[in-house]
Amino acid sequence: MRRDDLIQHTSAPPLLEIRDLSLDFGTPRGRVRALRNVSLDVPAAQVVGIVGESGSGKSTLAYTVMGLLSENADVTSGSILFEGKDLLKIPARARRSLLGDRLSMVFQDPMTALNPVRTIENQMIDIQHHGQGSRSEKRARAVDMLHRVGIPDPKNRLGAYPHQFSGGMRQRVCIAMALLVKPALLVADEPTTALDATLEVQIIHLLKDLQTEIGCSILFVSHHLGAVAELCDRVAVMYAGEVVEQGAVRDIFHNPAHPYTRALLECDPGRIKKSTRTLPTIPGEVPSLLGSTKGCIFRTRCPQAFNRCVQEDPVEYRIGVDQVARCHLLGDERLVPA
Amino acid sequence: MWLYLLKRTVLAVAIVAIAVTLLFLMIHAVPGDPAITLLGPRASPEMIAQIHQQMGLDKPLAVQLAIFFGRVFHGDLGFDAFSQRPVREIVLEQLPYTIELIFVSILWAVVIAVPLGCYSAIRRNSLVDQVAGVVTVAAIAIPSFVVAVYALLIFAVTLRWLPAIGAGSGFRDGLIYLILPAFATGIGWVGYISRLVRASMLEVLGENHVRMARSFGISEWRIVARYALPLAILPTVTILGVGIAWLLSSAVFIEVVFARPGIGKLIVDAVNTRNYPIVMGVVLVTTFLIVVATTLSDLVNAFLDPRTREKL
Amino acid sequence: MVRVEIIRPEPNDAVATGTFLRQLRKNRLGVLGALLVVLVFVSAFFAPLIITHDPIKIMVGPRLAPPSLDFLLGTDQLGRDTFSRVIMGGRIPLLVAFASLGSALAVGVVLGLIAGFGPRWLDNLLLLVFDTIRSFPGIIFALAIIALVGPSLASIIFVIAMTSVPIYARVLRTQAQGLLSSEYIAAERSMGAGTARILGVHVLPNVIGPLLILVSMDVPAVIAWEAGLSFLGMGVRPPTPDWGAVLNDGYSYINQTPWLVIGSGIPIVLATLGFTFLGEALRDIFDPKLRKDL
Repeated sequence: MRRDDLIQHTSAPPLLEIRDLSLDFGTPRGRVRALRNVSLDVPAAQVVGIVGESGSGKSTLAYTVMGLLSENADVTSGSILFEGKDLLKIPARARRSLLGDRLSMVFQDPMTALNPVRTIENQMIDIQHHGQGSRSEKRARAVDMLHRVGIPDPKNRLGAYPHQFSGGMRQRVCIAMALLVKPALLVADEPTTALDATLEVQIIHLLKDLQTEIGCSILFVSHHLGAVAELCDRVAVMYAGEVVEQGAVRDIFHNPAHPYTRALLECDPGRIKKSTRTLPTIPGEVPSLLGSTKGCIFRTRCPQAFNRCVQEDPVEYRIGVDQVARCHLLGDERLVPA
Repeated sequence: MWLYLLKRTVLAVAIVAIAVTLLFLMIHAVPGDPAITLLGPRASPEMIAQIHQQMGLDKPLAVQLAIFFGRVFHGDLGFDAFSQRPVREIVLEQLPYTIELIFVSILWAVVIAVPLGCYSAIRRNSLVDQVAGVVTVAAIAIPSFVVAVYALLIFAVTLRWLPAIGAGSGFRDGLIYLILPAFATGIGWVGYISRLVRASMLEVLGENHVRMARSFGISEWRIVARYALPLAILPTVTILGVGIAWLLSSAVFIEVVFARPGIGKLIVDAVNTRNYPIVMGVVLVTTFLIVVATTLSDLVNAFLDPRTREKL
Repeated sequence: MVRVEIIRPEPNDAVATGTFLRQLRKNRLGVLGALLVVLVFVSAFFAPLIITHDPIKIMVGPRLAPPSLDFLLGTDQLGRDTFSRVIMGGRIPLLVAFASLGSALAVGVVLGLIAGFGPRWLDNLLLLVFDTIRSFPGIIFALAIIALVGPSLASIIFVIAMTSVPIYARVLRTQAQGLLSSEYIAAERSMGAGTARILGVHVLPNVIGPLLILVSMDVPAVIAWEAGLSFLGMGVRPPTPDWGAVLNDGYSYINQTPWLVIGSGIPIVLATLGFTFLGEALRDIFDPKLRKDL
């Protein structure tokens, strides 16, 4: 596998190593192959972004890491090594003991993520169940954390219910909760999608500051390229259940190798320089993932598709020191301008 | 808070008022002298004359209605010519027996049904869930009086384990006499509540905040007990209020089958003897009871949910 | 439980009917329910051919006899054949169910449409009346009406219809209002379609399906009501055979023989279970989201 000779510049093994992960969803119409041969590393104390359209499997990947998939999900192959342990093989009990301790998560919709009938105080104390200390110590930690995420007057707000906070404040509470347990890895599933643009910037900055402060890693799932560029050290581009390209943020944004990455960058409203009446789009739709697929998954929408794309699955090719992409064009003497 | 209470009270009063009006119109829709309809065939001429004067039968219908309202408002439900006692006294004398039966039935039904519904939701498609699914539908479908008669046949007549008829005297004795009636009244509610709890529990367990609680490794039973159940129980609280109406209906049969005192037995006997004042009195009191129960359950519901509590 | 997809059945459509039958077959309780319902209907319809004795003739055998080859479920206190009485007794519950639910449906549709399309004050008034009737204490209210108009089959039908009307009317009102605010009705309006056309062509066909499922789910309750009122002696007059009436006979002589109670209780149980299982299966197949508490 080419992945193995991709040398990490840090000598220590990455915090999270996803290897060759495949996952199906059982549906009445057949198996949906939602993730196919996904490999991804999250080094310690780094922020790794996952970008892609809706339905690209980026959230599914995040949920697989956390072990929060629905009942009809079925991991068919691969491993998820976290701090040296394969999360897919260890007993459920051991896995759950990692949650809320070494691993925590921020969800997409802050309006529904908090329990409506429990106070913020109770929820923030509940999540510290791994931690030592009395209830009042846990409460003090919660107040402190709320203060750090920018909740005004946290002592008095602690006793409030979620509905007494605005959406942006609720997401701050969620982030406070996720970081309160001092995780080694924070999984953030589109934490800013439900918020408006000003709030998004604030939340991104907050995440960045707290990440540096706590020193944790973040797996940051987003479809917003600007947010990824702002926050992440590395980025993986997902399309229809596959990681088509990954590498350092700078490399991917300046030197995209995969046709899909380039299309995605061209469509980003934040990066369009000329004024146009119509926003550019990628023509076509994400293909159905029902049943088995053969050939490059992006070929139906790829402007540069050729015969080989139909016949064989592309493997990962290395571009530069720290960038890989799955595209047949890369195999033939750099047909893609680099 | 006060505005909500006021709104609910106005609605409750309106419903009782419409009920009273409908009853009044029914009495007048029946051919013949309304006084006789109201007093029953055993009424003495003096009493008929008194009612005529009270209701002002020579006056327009609207005025008569107003007088009728006035009487009901003052708690005057009429006079039973047969026993020579006020209807209110007779009904209030029987009411505690029925309330006791309903309360015990609901209590045991809730105690069994809520855990059963939770378990069925958590272990969906398990053997327990599938068996419970069939049994609960059956428990809802089979009429309570059939259950009552069969229970009477098996436990009282054949096995002679439990007393057949009456209400017993004293607390312990009373409880033993309650076993079979409360079983027959509550069994359908076990099915109904457990299905309701199962359905709403499944819905709540699929919500985002439950997933978030799981993402912190909070134990599943704690999630169910502290995060999901307080939400999943809300529809059941609402239904319990409406359920008083159904339980009163069941209680009629159960009281007849087990020859228990109570307003069900009272109204059946009254219908059989054409004792209209008693019949009307029971209808008014039970309607009032139901309106109070539904209003209370709505208030409790609003109080249990912090999102609506502050609007109270 | 099997999760089923929502399908919109079209009459005279072989494919849709096939799908429906396939889905029903997957639902084992539904099949059991359908079989029981067929059994109840067949026995009621062909009752005169099935019975072994004249159900109202007294002293065809000994009093309160246990089951025998001649008297399959024994005899009652007047020496009548219980089996024949029970078989004939299924006709009245079915008749009551059809008459009461049919008339309730008709009145409910009309009132629901008035509430849905009429002026706002009328809508509010009707809703208040519906809610009032719904908060009447079911059987107690029925007993009051029977006390006024006298016990008879017609009284039972009237009472059941009256208490069912608000439910159907409410469902229809809610559905009609939902449809009215939909865009295709607005488009139809803008093209000059009258209220009658909108009602007849668009609203009724869309709401009648869910409503019929609700009605089918009410059948077991109506059978229980009818049997219950007859059990209290408020239904059909003797000696007409009826499940509830036979059960009452059995209750009166429960110390002498269990057979009357057993023989009359079982058909009530089978009928209510059958209609319930079938109704739930129909609801699951056609309209999984349907709720009574609209």
